[in-house]
Amino acid sequence: MELIVFLVAAIMVIGGAVGVVAMRNPVHAALSLVLTLFGVAVHFVSMEAHFLAAVQVIVYAGAIVVLFLFVLMLLGVDKAENLRVEPLPVQRPLAAIMGIALVGLVVAAVVDTRETTPAGLGSGIDVATAGVVDGEGGHDANIRQLADSLFSDYVFAFELTSVLLIVAVAGTVLMTRKLREPADDESGE
Amino acid sequence: MTAVSLAVPTSTYYLVLAAVLFGIGAVGVLVRRNPLVLFMCVELMLNAVNLTFVAFADRLGDINGQTAVFFVLVVAAAEVVVGLGIVVSIIRRRPGATADDLNELKG
Repeated sequence: MELIVFLVAAIMVIGGAVGVVAMRNPVHAALSLVLTLFGVAVHFVSMEAHFLAAVQVIVYAGAIVVLFLFVLMLLGVDKAENLRVEPLPVQRPLAAIMGIALVGLVVAAVVDTRETTPAGLGSGIDVATAGVVDGEGGHDANIRQLADSLFSDYVFAFELTSVLLIVAVAGTVLMTRKLREPADDESGE
Repeated sequence: MTAVSLAVPTSTYYLVLAAVLFGIGAVGVLVRRNPLVLFMCVELMLNAVNLTFVAFADRLGDINGQTAVFFVLVVAAAEVVVGLGIVVSIIRRRPGATADDLNELKG
């Protein structure tokens, strides 16, 4: 059963990713990206990361892809790109070789260390159970454990992310602001 | 492999899937020219890394892997906001610009 879930979600992820790269129309690429993000959320659920799965759907599929689509519509760049024309003929074969080599290296490393990496080094991840036992388990076990980690060990980094978001928003507003033309100032006076 | 070992996907399955996803994203960044599609391919690579983090959190029994994914999500959101702001201001000035046209910072 779990294998079936894995395979279906993996097909979603890979199919969506190929769609992002291969679709000619950027709007279709953004919709393929949603498919990939939902597949990754399914994988998160099957690895007991329930909170991250919810955040993945809300933040990525909800906010980021909508932002992409909004910019696409706003700028009117949703015209289909002609993928046949290739200014640099060697680029695609080189990119394919590099991609296959990258995947091959990483897969080789993963398969090589599959037995040597010990399982269960850490303090363990609480899984959702029917009831709370000694402060562990319960249906919200993942959220409580993540919150314990986030607000104790990483509380300073957590505060810094708020600074990062404020800086990003303020910088973007400043950058995309329409500068008033000097000619308009003079005509207004 | 026996049928028993195939019944439950281990974290190795997820790591291989994340590697493939990262490879597709990397090829997309190298091949595509639309700046918005380039951003989407970067998102694919970030998702592959998130999947790796959660897979290792699962394998090693350590919740801090999931905490790292939380921070990656926040930084990815900030990155998209700033990146799309840059794209908006570039395309407003030069409509139809692709990554090839942006080989100099001078507007």
